[in-house]
Amino acid sequence: MDRKALAAAFPVTIPVLMGYLAIGIAFGFMLQSIGYNFIWAFFMSLTIYAGSGQYLGVSLLSSCAALGTVALMTLIINFRHLVYGLSMLEKFRGMGLRKFYMIFSLTDETYALLSSVQAPVGVNPRNFYFSIALLDHSYWILGSVIGALAGALLPIDTTGIDFAMTALFVVIAVEQWESYKSHLPAVLGAATTLVSLLLVGKSNMLLPALGVIVLALLLLRDKLDDPGVPASAGEEAGTC
Amino acid sequence: MLTPLQAVASIAVMAAVTFLTRAMPFLFFDRGEHPPKLVLYLGRVLPPSIIAMLIVYCLKDNIVAFATGLVSGGLLEAAALGQWLPGFIAAAVVVALHLWKHNNLLSIFGGTILYMVLVQTVFA
Repeated sequence: MDRKALAAAFPVTIPVLMGYLAIGIAFGFMLQSIGYNFIWAFFMSLTIYAGSGQYLGVSLLSSCAALGTVALMTLIINFRHLVYGLSMLEKFRGMGLRKFYMIFSLTDETYALLSSVQAPVGVNPRNFYFSIALLDHSYWILGSVIGALAGALLPIDTTGIDFAMTALFVVIAVEQWESYKSHLPAVLGAATTLVSLLLVGKSNMLLPALGVIVLALLLLRDKLDDPGVPASAGEEAGTC
Repeated sequence: MLTPLQAVASIAVMAAVTFLTRAMPFLFFDRGEHPPKLVLYLGRVLPPSIIAMLIVYCLKDNIVAFATGLVSGGLLEAAALGQWLPGFIAAAVVVALHLWKHNNLLSIFGGTILYMVLVQTVFA
């Protein structure tokens, strides 16, 4: 491990430290409230490592969702990661085996840091990027374990804590609303899903909604395809 | 509750699919080819649609309770009110907090704590 790179990376990651501890603690709390203790929190955060994905994972576990549903929901919620990788192709080149870890750990926050920071003079950039990814991951694991332990030890009524997931998505939506030129995709997504909920019902609403959304976006391409739309929109929109 | 083995399988699927979505661009476009314009276009416009979809999904119970109350006419009766109002209030507060301070933690925790207070005391 390159200590110099680690020391240079730490100050850069402090905002993520605060955010991941807080959101990780809430995740651990939720997980404990549905009966999965800190060991589960540790392994979920170690192997999945996705904020909104793991929040959704709590509701998937608690509703005993079928594996197909689990796969589909995880795919839907992580779809935005497709964009992140595209802008990291250059940066991760030549990182050898560590590249697998860099790809695995490309969360919203790590993506935001990697696309905005430069390695200080005299510090190997690849070691610097790797240190950032490693530190962020460890904060996330730490936060979720603390949350699960706190949830087990503190006699708090956790009814309603699952609203943290809704709140997280609302925050991302507000950020997107402010950074996107066109609000049509957001309005379309909400309206389509609402119709799907009322027509198809709670349990099967997402797949038809997603299909119609993709189709409508493809049909609206002439209207919406504007290179002026910030490709960096994901950077600010990232929360987890 | 799932058996431990089923839970491990669910977590493994989440981990594998999450890694796959992150790895996809590297699998397809790491040899210098330019990603098709259509992929870039969808990558730009899909995220807001998907987040909006997920918000509706999160609030599905509230929305159904609201629609049911509207149809049956009992929308404002105490029992029905507790089924839809807390989620809508808390979501609106998250929007307001975030427009005001742009602080992720304040918005998320403010809204969640308010929601917990609402469902545990006011609408219990």
